[in-house]
Amino acid sequence: MSKSVRVGYASCGIAAGAEQVYQKLKETIEERELDVDIEKVGCIGMCHNEPIIEIEDNQGSYTYGNLEVDDVNELVEKHLIDEIAYEDKLITSPSDEYDYFSKQRKVVLRNSGVIDPESIEDYMERDGYEALEKALDMDPQEIIDKIKESNLRGRGGAGFPTGMKWQFAKDAEGNEKYLICNADEGDPGAFMDRSVLEGDPHAVLEGMIIGAYATGASKGYIYCRAEYPVAVRRLKIAIEKARKRGFLGENILDTEFSFDIQIKEGAGAFVCGEETALMHSIEGERGMPRPRPPFPAQEGLFGKPTNINNVETWANVPWILRNGAEEFSSIGTDESGGTKVFALAGKIKRGGLVEVPIGTTLKEVIFDIGDGIADEKEFKAVQLGGPSGGCLTKDHLGTPVDYETLTEAGAIMGSGGMIVMDEDDCMVNVAHYFLDFTQEESCGKCTFCRVGTKRLLEMLEEFSKGKGSDEDIEKLKEMADKIKKHSLCGLGQTAPNPVLTTLRYFEEEYKAHLEEGTCPANVCRKLITYTISEDCIGCGTCAEECPADAISGDSKEVHLIDQGKCIRCGACQEVCPIDAVEVE
Amino acid sequence: MELECNNCGHEWFYRNEEDETVLCPECQDEVKVSLEGESCSLERDVEGVLEKYLSQPSSLIPILQEVQKKFGYLPRDVMEDIAEYLELPVSKIYGVATFYAQFRFEPLGDHMIRVCHGTACHVKGADKIGEAVENKLGIETGETTEDGQFTLERVACLGCCSLAPVMMVDDTAHGNLTREKAKDIVEKYKEG
Repeated sequence: MSKSVRVGYASCGIAAGAEQVYQKLKETIEERELDVDIEKVGCIGMCHNEPIIEIEDNQGSYTYGNLEVDDVNELVEKHLIDEIAYEDKLITSPSDEYDYFSKQRKVVLRNSGVIDPESIEDYMERDGYEALEKALDMDPQEIIDKIKESNLRGRGGAGFPTGMKWQFAKDAEGNEKYLICNADEGDPGAFMDRSVLEGDPHAVLEGMIIGAYATGASKGYIYCRAEYPVAVRRLKIAIEKARKRGFLGENILDTEFSFDIQIKEGAGAFVCGEETALMHSIEGERGMPRPRPPFPAQEGLFGKPTNINNVETWANVPWILRNGAEEFSSIGTDESGGTKVFALAGKIKRGGLVEVPIGTTLKEVIFDIGDGIADEKEFKAVQLGGPSGGCLTKDHLGTPVDYETLTEAGAIMGSGGMIVMDEDDCMVNVAHYFLDFTQEESCGKCTFCRVGTKRLLEMLEEFSKGKGSDEDIEKLKEMADKIKKHSLCGLGQTAPNPVLTTLRYFEEEYKAHLEEGTCPANVCRKLITYTISEDCIGCGTCAEECPADAISGDSKEVHLIDQGKCIRCGACQEVCPIDAVEVE
Repeated sequence: MELECNNCGHEWFYRNEEDETVLCPECQDEVKVSLEGESCSLERDVEGVLEKYLSQPSSLIPILQEVQKKFGYLPRDVMEDIAEYLELPVSKIYGVATFYAQFRFEPLGDHMIRVCHGTACHVKGADKIGEAVENKLGIETGETTEDGQFTLERVACLGCCSLAPVMMVDDTAHGNLTREKAKDIVEKYKEG
């Protein structure tokens, strides 16, 4: 059997240098005239090891990571010619039981990192478009029933049963209907949808075509963030190729059914992740939400019945039709079937794209798959669901990830961002960070969201300076409650969540700021001081680095920080060669 | 505005519309800056973009995106042309354009530096990276350096969270940054 090399070529990999590694590998393989296939694939999932390649030979599959161009010669020499592993950069070999993958279950990501996303043939070789053929032989209602049976729920965050949503669209009056794929992944810290689009775009297209057939839609839109240029390019290629093969366009696979898809690039507005705002944006308007009802299924895009689902939801659909609804529902919990993809990042050893059955515990995801906290620090909190979600503590590590349990705990499943935090992170600062984001992204339509988030942010700013009282905390809670109740869309309704959950689980930390005027994690700048200890060797590096010229001292003498000038940026601490700069 | 050199045919984008003449960066020949005549091909270029789209409101955002790609920003007179083409008031065009973070109304620097402030980057010190670049360039976030070489912006998330903290210079992402690394990267672009 000839060997094949797969190079992880999603945005993360490219950012880490995959392009250079790929070029060098290709050159070396050609120079040596080796019988080896080399292919660019989507995200392999282990983003912490980028750039990554996988080599498959008759022994099985080997993964190498953190590669540099200089590694390539030796890697080719050893693995591809002498057939011995290149131990220096080896991550997994076929004989390993690697936790990172053994606890995962790949449904949505089954092709990501395996196939060349720009090749429709690769997708079809892995049973691609089989589900569509099957679907076109079925009655639309039969398909919807299957989706209902599968217990698939919306992966965009709210978890609405997908089959039910399709039923509404199908039952709606009107001969012109639309279908939308929401790929406006705006949560900071989330990159699941990007990886799916970059790694397996045809799965999303196939899901949409099946959905269109089931609901009776004739035109589809993919609303994709403009910040995802690689995803947009691969989608365009995929659409073109699907049209050529007769999977899209007039009379799909020689049936009566016609459907086509157009890409709309977003223009940078977080609120456009909300369905009615998104539709306004496609129509060429300011992306502002409107009250529901009427729901999109009755009156959506251009006033026509519209069905809208998230990228990951669509990507599940072909799998369900191929493998059966029962098989799918057996993967998750009783209430929701299947898996969920998470973007695991932050202070974690092995961050990356993780797909687990719904109901897996947070502990399994963070400690078994993610291998725990980096730099031997303490786990403090995990933030789920981005600006709409919340922070959970170590007491919640046993919580299964599923829509209901996470909501009960104060977080949300959300779209799948999972940011791990350690002892060095201040929860007042984290709350401030998210509120700063939502305040900036509020579209301004509802007063409670527009003004309320601004006022909340101002209060948090005061807290981070150590100013405020218990009374202010009560005021803050009251205002948060009002914003939740009186905002029109999800942005405002969930904006106070990061504040409320940190208050609920880390009240002590808030109190430390307000009562003692200290920031236990040493983050809030107004509450910390940098000093230089007696250990200082007087090298002058810190003085040179200081942007505020606050450090003085003679050569080889202990230096001193002028507290009046110091802006507490921490640059001196970062550059000190002997760790003589202390913070408290 | 877009200039074309009468001598060598080189085309480039020129930001200071007050100058009367300017040297062609290619052949150093003097090129006249005026809104009339062949040296300025502004009007023709907008038409080229417009005719690709149907004159309907839903074309507005894609047109704005393409115009910005071409000019680096949305010049006022171009927005007027778009309004005329779509038969919409200019205020409407401006209203939509200002709603979205992507659109800008002033020319950009030659290099665009975007410092990511996603959650993962935030907990790994994005603020420090932003400050280091600000200090290095002597400008605040949101500004362009005087020589027109760099524009510095903050973005909500670039989606390369496992490489945090990250910044993007033009189309290249740089990950696992420290203050030092960020400054070195800027220095490299400075040298060209």
